Amino acid sequence: MSTVASLTRATLAKDLRLEWRSKDAINSMLFFSLLVVVIFSFSFDPTAEESRQIAGGLVWVAFLFAAVVALNQTWAREMRNQVLDAYRVSPAPPNALFLAKVIGNFIFVTVLQALMTPLFIVFYNLRALGPAYQLPIVAALGTWALVVNGTFFAAMSLRTRSREIMLPLLLFPISIPALLAMVEATGAILTGEFSARFWIVLLAAYDVVFTIASLFLFGFVLQAE
Amino acid sequence: MKRAFPILAVLTGVLLGYALHQALVSAPTEQTMGDVQRIFYYHVPSAWTAFILFFVNFFASIMYLIWRANKADIVALVTAEVGVVFCTVVLVTGPIWARPVWGIWWTWDLRLTLTLVLWLIYVSYLVLRRFSSSGQTPLLAAVLAVFGALDVPLVYFSIWFFRTQHPQPVIGGGGSLDPRMLHALLINWLAFSCFAALVCWSRYRLEVLRREVDETLALEALLEPRGSQTRISPTGRAG
Repeated sequence: MSTVASLTRATLAKDLRLEWRSKDAINSMLFFSLLVVVIFSFSFDPTAEESRQIAGGLVWVAFLFAAVVALNQTWAREMRNQVLDAYRVSPAPPNALFLAKVIGNFIFVTVLQALMTPLFIVFYNLRALGPAYQLPIVAALGTWALVVNGTFFAAMSLRTRSREIMLPLLLFPISIPALLAMVEATGAILTGEFSARFWIVLLAAYDVVFTIASLFLFGFVLQAE
Repeated sequence: MKRAFPILAVLTGVLLGYALHQALVSAPTEQTMGDVQRIFYYHVPSAWTAFILFFVNFFASIMYLIWRANKADIVALVTAEVGVVFCTVVLVTGPIWARPVWGIWWTWDLRLTLTLVLWLIYVSYLVLRRFSSSGQTPLLAAVLAVFGALDVPLVYFSIWFFRTQHPQPVIGGGGSLDPRMLHALLINWLAFSCFAALVCWSRYRLEVLRREVDETLALEALLEPRGSQTRISPTGRAG
């Protein structure tokens, strides 16, 4: 267990350091979601009441698309200089690599959300009428749901032709229940009309199921050749 | 084994003819919906057949992950393809029936959405098979099939939380279905299942032959003298 933890920490530290120096993922995600926000804002031009109703959908669609941008780059740098092949022949457990990648992506997307949320509030004139303390919970669970499956499917699409297109084609259908839960929970909290508890429980269940499944199956995907 | 194929083909033909008669002539006309209700005999059996095929696909994928048997992979591929076709039939006949009865083409209710999501998952499964390169396809596809199967209960609960407009299951609930209607439904289901088995079987044989051809071509390319190796195999590996 300790080897998994230390390997995870080492890979995560390397990824964070790389990202800190290059800022590739975070910059492209930021600009991308900024574009989405502006375009949505133009095309709907909602009042405060309407935007409370639709904001859940807008926010999560923007984050979903932005996350795909980052997820596509996750494994790309491991392909350069055959790093992934080297990892495959080393005795290191595959799950350590997977966990490090997931946690790294989770951090990137969370940073993105922290930076983008004020912008959403400004553009859409948002104010939560329900219990606002639930929003970070929904954000964390929802981000984990996107990132754990996204990292897994990004690793899968490495083995396909036109891999950049493959990732959303695999990720979106599987993520439908999670997306529905995030959107509904956010809408419920913003409008304060009904409780978000069911959706939070569903998101947590989704996270648990797919984290376990990914950890079980990642070895297969890494060794596939 | 090969002799059973024409027998199944004839049986399917007879059953399909009989089922058509049952559905269009023998079954009584529904009181409120009228003749449009007869689409029920195609809608529901197609749905059941599609779900069975997807279940077989899941089972075969697990088998492949455990034993790495090529046959399991071919079964998974075949059932996914035929299942998507039947699922498409469900999704097309549903709105045709819903429009005159409910007054709308589509509604985001439990079973409609679940079927649509299943269809999306299996289309993405087929896309993955089409796009992934060479030897890893079966493994990646099997992994995706497991993910899809895990997703189904979550989709179910997430949509269950909305109110459902779809009629409650007609079989086993209340017994309001006329026995002649039930008879026509079950005959149609049997006929459709036979038809699905027939299509799967011939597709299975086709896939086995195609893989043999691919292997032979690859072997020939290896055995050929070095000078003439520029020839490219005419069939790109898909599937």
